[in-house]
Amino acid sequence: MSAVDMNMPILIVDDYKTMLRIIRNLLKQLGFDNVDEATDGSMALQKLRDKSYSLVISDWNMEPMSGLQLLKEVRSDGQLSGLPFVMITAESKTENVVAAKQAGVTNYIVKPFNAATLKTKLSAVIGNF
Amino acid sequence: MTALAQQNDLQARLAEFGRRHPKIDPKDLVDVVEAIMTSADGDLSSVNLKLYAEIEQLAVYIQRAREEIACLRPDEITAEHIPVAGEELEAVVGATEQATNTIMESVETIEGLTSQMPQEVSEQVVDAVTQVYEACGFQDITGQRIKKVVSTLTQIEEKVHALLGAFGQDGQIEAAKARAAKTEKPKTDDPPSDADLLNGPQMTDNAISQDDIDALLASFD
Repeated sequence: MSAVDMNMPILIVDDYKTMLRIIRNLLKQLGFDNVDEATDGSMALQKLRDKSYSLVISDWNMEPMSGLQLLKEVRSDGQLSGLPFVMITAESKTENVVAAKQAGVTNYIVKPFNAATLKTKLSAVIGNF
Repeated sequence: MTALAQQNDLQARLAEFGRRHPKIDPKDLVDVVEAIMTSADGDLSSVNLKLYAEIEQLAVYIQRAREEIACLRPDEITAEHIPVAGEELEAVVGATEQATNTIMESVETIEGLTSQMPQEVSEQVVDAVTQVYEACGFQDITGQRIKKVVSTLTQIEEKVHALLGAFGQDGQIEAAKARAAKTEKPKTDDPPSDADLLNGPQMTDNAISQDDIDALLASFD
């Protein structure tokens, strides 16, 4: 088991400031403190190109660029294509999950979620911590 | 149009048809039309009568629908009800967001104090704090649902607007008349009833403050 770098830079993306705050707090409880925020896909993409992140956690339903579009941009970008990408979203129809999987999502968490689910899914993505 | 003029018009059209479609003989066309007319001739007058009757019924039906729509006061739906409902929902989103932030701020403070608590207490407090964070997700979820409702309202507004357009100015005038007839209540000095006074929370723009209320109450003394 490779040790997880608890100081890894993480980008969280959501258009609801309260949700950003919730995710940030839960990540802090899990021991991750190095967290940046973006409020839509295009802002996130800009940040991802400006700085190297180890993980993206993104909502889907955002304007002007949605989480799925962001995922597709990330996967088609040579520099970013391997980045772990977790979708945390209220969009939970089967077609959403299928589309996200086809676009290359690493994991998918449906809102509302709890801290235990967040920990389990993140462990599946970056290893146990 | 007189019978002669009709005939001239028909001949001109046939000539034009012949120019455009040189391969078809206009005489053949005349034969076809004549055949149709002959076969329909016997029925024509009774068909006409039935048609007139149906058109008349349709006119009555449209008139009644128009009156009913006017009574529904669709102009009020687009001018008042829907915008007010939209504002109320926006106020809900705003109020829950504000409250959520306040709750989170307080809980963050509590979480910050856990380092000063005995180990056992601290663990329990952190668990409770985590549950509060999780529950605060309601703001995001309800916000998204309300957004959907607002967009549905906007669609209804557009449809009602189109309906008003389809019935023209008359529909709106009738609606205004109906409203005028309805709102003409006899004036009395009776105070408003309990039900009249129930309006729920006011929008911040036009709400009166606690200071205003205190001043108002003091003015009775």
